[in-house]
Amino acid sequence: MAWLLLFFVVPMVYLAKMSLEQGFFPLFTFSWAWSNFSDAVSAYRPQFVRSIEYAGIATAVALAISYPLAYWIAFRGGRWKNLFLLLVIAPFFVTYLIRTLAWETILSDNGVVVGLLRDVHILGADGRLLATSAAVIAGITYNFLPFMVLPLYVSLEQVDPRLIEAASDLYANRVVSFARVTLPLSLPGVFAGVLLTFIPAAGDFINAQLLGTPRQYMIGNVIQSQFLSLRNYPTAAALSFVLMGSILVLVMIFARSLGTDRLTGAGA
Amino acid sequence: MSAVTAPAEVARTRSPLRVLAWVRRHLLDAYALLALGYLFLPIAIVIAFSFNNPLGRFNYTWQGFTFHNWAHPLDYPGLSGALRVSIEIALLSSLIATVLGTLIALALVRYRFRGSSTTNLLIFVPMTTPEIVMGTSLLTLFLNWRIPQGFGTILIAHVAFNISYVVVTVRARLVGFDRHLEEAAMDLGANEVVTFFRVTLPLIAPGILAASLLAFALSIDDFVITYFNAGTTTTFPLFVWGSARVAVPPQINVVGTAIFLVAVGGMLVNVVWQNRRARLSA
Repeated sequence: MAWLLLFFVVPMVYLAKMSLEQGFFPLFTFSWAWSNFSDAVSAYRPQFVRSIEYAGIATAVALAISYPLAYWIAFRGGRWKNLFLLLVIAPFFVTYLIRTLAWETILSDNGVVVGLLRDVHILGADGRLLATSAAVIAGITYNFLPFMVLPLYVSLEQVDPRLIEAASDLYANRVVSFARVTLPLSLPGVFAGVLLTFIPAAGDFINAQLLGTPRQYMIGNVIQSQFLSLRNYPTAAALSFVLMGSILVLVMIFARSLGTDRLTGAGA
Repeated sequence: MSAVTAPAEVARTRSPLRVLAWVRRHLLDAYALLALGYLFLPIAIVIAFSFNNPLGRFNYTWQGFTFHNWAHPLDYPGLSGALRVSIEIALLSSLIATVLGTLIALALVRYRFRGSSTTNLLIFVPMTTPEIVMGTSLLTLFLNWRIPQGFGTILIAHVAFNISYVVVTVRARLVGFDRHLEEAAMDLGANEVVTFFRVTLPLIAPGILAASLLAFALSIDDFVITYFNAGTTTTFPLFVWGSARVAVPPQINVVGTAIFLVAVGGMLVNVVWQNRRARLSA
């Protein structure tokens, strides 16, 4: 307990203090410099907007990929449910960076995918996939996919099939019974999955670094370079706080729009 | 389910409709298989390129098949050292996090104490904080306290993020725990210590084991938090990051594939074993 307090709360306090300091490395003085925040936000607005945008798109795509997959495992998996779940998790035992480097190989200019897309003229002769927004978003989507699949699976697995049968006995067709029974019952999973995907995605900098160019850089890249290369700690600390704050606000809006009381009532 | 009634209707309708219905019925199967394929595509690439024989410093294009990388998996400067640091940190941090996390979980489930709801919140917050924020906040702490970054700070950071996952996992096991068993042990003359080691601990052992494995896996794979707090110490993910800019030796793929195979092999054994046990008890 003391550990958590020591190594989570205390660092946060220091981060807060640091975000209000002024000066140049290695001399910083505390001065309630709120301007750090406004300066940081106005200087890096594009990266902020891009982070939210990329993370949002990636989360939506991940949901579109994961929901049918989780549904399929939960309702059609039968005895092999655990094996399929294992298959979903398995790729993530390859180190994060190696996975992303593999995407670099797949999307590279002389790789198969680019060649195919050029042949069917979706891409121009000198079109690229690497170093585009699409590549970065694809990387983020891929890397956080299990965080979406697992909570979805857990909530879908708990849906009692007899409820769906009851719906069809009451003359609901398959679409209606899905929309009125299965989907609402799986909303807690959707909620958890979206949070677990969006939060790390918004702070990510590895995909933008490896699959993109500075034009795709997200707020994570800025924080990282401010902290470790430029040693401009106050700005970096302020940026970290704005990132956490904006994620919190978005999460709260999202929870409100889905109806929190219903979600907490259903339990995840 | 409704899918079961569909074939009988379909058989009576004309063939184009039958095809359509067949497609509709298997659309979900196809979609799921495609999604699984998407998940495995990069892994296939990683494994394939571990057998590559690259000409230059980068392992991006296929040059030729070789077993050389597998015969000499650590034959690259800095790789074995980084791997050793990663394994040491993962072992130590998962051990510490498991002990502390189990105690926290026990305290949270067993006792209502002042601040227990705050503790509950504190457990969840690190899991919902972006890694980069956690990394930077720990770094500011170490800078402020003038603790030199290195092995020790990496270890502290890893325990800091692992512990939440341990608490959650162990607590899930404790919630379904029948306390009458402990009372029975006490009635039979066992004191509290004996009861804990002979009754409580064996019963929650699967949860503790799962938690420590999870902590180990999280620790060995962590990049972001480590990156901010490592100083000059290099772990395996940091080594991959550093080499990604200058050269990507296929040995990285070999090590990555090896970790993957060990982890998946272990999980496969577990799944098969559980399946068999479920069938035996059925």
